[in-house]
Amino acid sequence: MAAGTQKLIAAARVIALLCAIAATAVTAAAPRVFAQRGSDAIAARVVSLVPNVTEMLFAVGAGSQVVAVSSYDDFPPAVKSLPRVGALLDPDMERIFSLRPDLVIVYGSQTELETQLGRVGIRAYPYRHGGIESTLQSIRDVARLTGHAAEGEQLVSRLRAQLDAVRTRVRGRPRPRTMLVIGRDPGTLRGVYASAGVGFLHELLELAGGSDVFGDIQREAVQPSNETILARAPDVIIEAAAGERPSDDVFRRERGVWNVLTSIPAVRNKRVYLLYGSYLVAAGPRLGEAAAAYARTLHPDAFK
Amino acid sequence: MIIGTSPTDIGGRSVRARLAAVVAGYGALAVGACIGAPLIGSTHISLARALDRSIPFANNVDAQIFFVARMPRVLTGAVAGAALAAAGVVMQALLRNPLATPFTLGVSAGAALGAILVITFGSVVAVGAISPVPLASLIGAVAASAIVYTLATRPGRTISTTVLLLAGVTLNAFFSAVILFVQYLADFTQTYRTVRWLMGDLDVGSFGPVLASLPLLVPAFAVFAVLPRSLNLLSVGTDTAATRGVDVGRTQRLAFLSASLATAAAVSLAGPIGFVGIIVPHLVRLMVGVDHRLVLPASALFGVAFLVGCDVVSRTIMAPVEVPVGVVTAMVGGPFFLWLLVRRS
Repeated sequence: MAAGTQKLIAAARVIALLCAIAATAVTAAAPRVFAQRGSDAIAARVVSLVPNVTEMLFAVGAGSQVVAVSSYDDFPPAVKSLPRVGALLDPDMERIFSLRPDLVIVYGSQTELETQLGRVGIRAYPYRHGGIESTLQSIRDVARLTGHAAEGEQLVSRLRAQLDAVRTRVRGRPRPRTMLVIGRDPGTLRGVYASAGVGFLHELLELAGGSDVFGDIQREAVQPSNETILARAPDVIIEAAAGERPSDDVFRRERGVWNVLTSIPAVRNKRVYLLYGSYLVAAGPRLGEAAAAYARTLHPDAFK
Repeated sequence: MIIGTSPTDIGGRSVRARLAAVVAGYGALAVGACIGAPLIGSTHISLARALDRSIPFANNVDAQIFFVARMPRVLTGAVAGAALAAAGVVMQALLRNPLATPFTLGVSAGAALGAILVITFGSVVAVGAISPVPLASLIGAVAASAIVYTLATRPGRTISTTVLLLAGVTLNAFFSAVILFVQYLADFTQTYRTVRWLMGDLDVGSFGPVLASLPLLVPAFAVFAVLPRSLNLLSVGTDTAATRGVDVGRTQRLAFLSASLATAAAVSLAGPIGFVGIIVPHLVRLMVGVDHRLVLPASALFGVAFLVGCDVVSRTIMAPVEVPVGVVTAMVGGPFFLWLLVRRS
């Protein structure tokens, strides 16, 4: 159980991403409305069910206003001491109400929870997953709602500067056709998930000087078969895992599973990279770091 | 298994002739599917280039797509299709229930529980060449079969099919409840992986998994080969079978064990792909009649063609995105089966 729990937490960022993908799919058509009741009041007690929004809250200086987080939060380290009140599928209403929040960050698809919060007069901010711009907008939104609008603007400018710096570094360099893998069954080439042509991972990859091999597919993620991977023949494969780097043995084996697909340029030219860290897949204040990590992997020469 | 002559042997020669015709016909279908399927896919490949030995294999994309992506996949479909269809025939005869499937007696629920436990709580460590999810589902399937078998059998007595059925159905329900509980503890990615596993997947990526399933499938099919005559009598009734010299208890045990083994192997290889085990036997019965000596081999061969064909649809219809093969078997098989029923009546 302990290992399981650890794994749960380690996978939090990918979950946040996939939850958000599901949420976006469900609610893409819904208008962007959120309870504006008492809209100017600054939220003093915030419950966040969305890990990457929790990160945003802490990054804009609203950390001390956060009273509870989701089951999957693990960043920043300060969240570890906060109460946990469920997540996308199992929000614990009673606990949320008992914490007397005045703002609850929910997923856009949690409409029922939003309605219930509205009924008792608690503001809800429905987070919707999107691209880089929508992530920056979410930072501005939660900063404003918690009375940190100026810090929010500063953070957004800082992130824009970080992204621009990465963009400048890789400008004019050849753009390797890259497959960004965000999930795979351990030890095999089964159940591969890769970023496709929509969303912030796709945008980060393109910004970092890569050309997304699934960029033509208008989805956040695809599950390519071995045949599709062979046919698309990426020049670079980057696997981004939310957890910690495993032991060298496990790392070597996981890196080695790609070796059967020798006709793929990435495999032939030893350009298969396994990166670890929740920041790589979190649409939040660390996306500048993520862009830099992808760029350094794709264009090591640009960072010498 | 049958001592002395049996009335079902009347016209034995004609059965042998029909068997030859059936095996030839369905065999041609199965072989055709297995030859045709690797030529079709989401990508266009040139067979000439794939088989061109002058190009190093490491650089030959067409050859890799053909031999690494498609061939193991077609072979997996063939093996799983044959196993599920044949197991379906045996289960229907054993339980004397046309609605029985290879999954009726809890094998798939056990396999699913094993798989989801590893997906949710498992380590990232693979055991040798076998990756953890197939191994866990195999263990789950075998454990479920063992429980049902222990509950339903008494030494030296025949198996009560009622007890067998009830034990299987109850175990299915119980395991499903445990699965829901584990899913509740799982996170979104793990839940998604579990759901995806339940839809079936033939994209194994190497011949290893197919080879690993052979130690289970070979004995299962060896038993399938000797069962049909006893199954004919068993499906009439256990008393009738006993008076005709069938060792009912032994036949039942062999039928149960072989069907469970074949199902366990298929499910651990490709996930619990539904409909193959019920639709294929019924389609075959509509075409060749009820004699298990014909139905069993014909179903196994037709199962090959059916699953391999469904996988072709799965990987091409929405390419480059794939439709899970279990969804295709249900969508293709369900309406087709209904149409055949209506047409016949």
